[in-house]
Amino acid sequence: MTAVRRRAVLGGMLATPFLSRLASGQAAGRVVVVGGGFAGATAARALRRADPALAVTLVEASPAYLACPFSNEVIAGLRDMDGQRFGYDGLAADGVAVVHGTARAVDPAARRVELADGTVLPYDRLVMAPGIDIRWDGLDGYDEAAAQRMPHAWKAGAQTLLLRRQLEAMEDGGLVVMAAPANPFRCPPGPYERASLIAHYLKTRKPRSKLLLLDAKDAFSKQRLFTDAWARLYPGILEWVPLSQGGKTVRVDAANLTLETEFGSHTAAVANVIPPQKAGAIAAAAGVADRTGWCPIDPVTFESRLQPGIHVLGDAALAGAMPKSAFAANAQAKVAALAVVAMLRGEAPTEPRLVNTCYSLVGPGYGISIAGVYRPRNGVLTDIEGAGGTSPADAPPEIRELEADHAATWFRTITAETFG
Amino acid sequence: MTGRLPRTVLAVLALGGLVPPASAAGPPPGATSCSGCHAPAGRVAAPSIPPINGLPAADLVRAMEAFRTGGQPATVMDRIARGFTADETRAIAQWLEALR
Repeated sequence: MTAVRRRAVLGGMLATPFLSRLASGQAAGRVVVVGGGFAGATAARALRRADPALAVTLVEASPAYLACPFSNEVIAGLRDMDGQRFGYDGLAADGVAVVHGTARAVDPAARRVELADGTVLPYDRLVMAPGIDIRWDGLDGYDEAAAQRMPHAWKAGAQTLLLRRQLEAMEDGGLVVMAAPANPFRCPPGPYERASLIAHYLKTRKPRSKLLLLDAKDAFSKQRLFTDAWARLYPGILEWVPLSQGGKTVRVDAANLTLETEFGSHTAAVANVIPPQKAGAIAAAAGVADRTGWCPIDPVTFESRLQPGIHVLGDAALAGAMPKSAFAANAQAKVAALAVVAMLRGEAPTEPRLVNTCYSLVGPGYGISIAGVYRPRNGVLTDIEGAGGTSPADAPPEIRELEADHAATWFRTITAETFG
Repeated sequence: MTGRLPRTVLAVLALGGLVPPASAAGPPPGATSCSGCHAPAGRVAAPSIPPINGLPAADLVRAMEAFRTGGQPATVMDRIARGFTADETRAIAQWLEALR
């Protein structure tokens, strides 16, 4: 923002209504939230609760949100899609103006969001939580048409159900091939939970089948817990191929269901390609994404490093040590909402502490977790040393079962807080 | 970010009584994360994770200390409790005590 424009904005803020709101302890004006997932919906709600005088508008294209956590259970036939669907009535009841539309452009200087239908939404502060988009240029041969043959299923919805139907239609004895991407991507343990639950499906329904998990990495989240469980639960069914053994998929041929790695090629009966990702497209359009495709942020306020007045939350953000998880998105949103309210009041935001807890299921009744506690340090969110980590490697079955129960409770809780 | 406001406004805000009381009573660092797993009582069906809103602060402080030192078995709270100092934990516990 130029000095001239900064003065102009300040001039606008000095108008009498702003000062009178300040004097009465109310934040000025309008916050627009783009994106109605765990980050955006939580933020919209938390903003209204932190300051009921705030006008909060949520822009979300879909009439209902389809949650990614537990969608791997849908793929494996353990759960119905209905359990993933959440509407926005709860937000409307909290006084959030929910606009079902698509944000097409952001003018950070004029502080306006433009929707695809031409609607213009002015804001005093903008919260962007656009989630991820697939990098359709990120894997040779993998475009939107290819995703209809080789679903990514990395956004819950039609892709999730497509992969489930393909598994159901596959003959016993078929080879399922999954491709997992390099870091960073949405839900770091997600590919391994999915592989586990697909292996469970094969073991119980199609026992002559096999799953090959091609990985562009040599290490992954909760690795020891997953690989121990695989050895015990899915021997001879699930094979993980790390980067160093030719796991990186370099090209796909959707017509023939073939995945080429640096070491050879594999032809699948069902292929699940989890491709490289980036922040949702509106992030780049707004100028908050950097050359990595993700969005650098201030670790105290989640304000963009690139565009003042815009806060970026959830999977789209480069949040230091915090993973791209639903828990992290929800936690970030509650912190950022308080920061936004403080900044609108001209107060200094409090330095936050953030938590992440992330459960994965390796089979029914078998849960594992990873947790972290974070603080801003040297401009990024950093792990607090001595805290966090994974479930113990040697935990007894009753602890695994308890963590599976906790996973289900967590999902009911966080969706109730976000949408309920 | 307070630099966005001119000094005169900041000076006005600094005067006693004009500072919004809500900010003083706002959640201490870390406190808002708890509700990601711990729902208020009755909010969700059959929770395996206990509600903590309204719990006496002294009880919560004791539990967190036991989690931190390993005196009480845990699934995940031992790993989280170690991320907070005794002072931070006390502030969070006092804030949660007032919630319903």
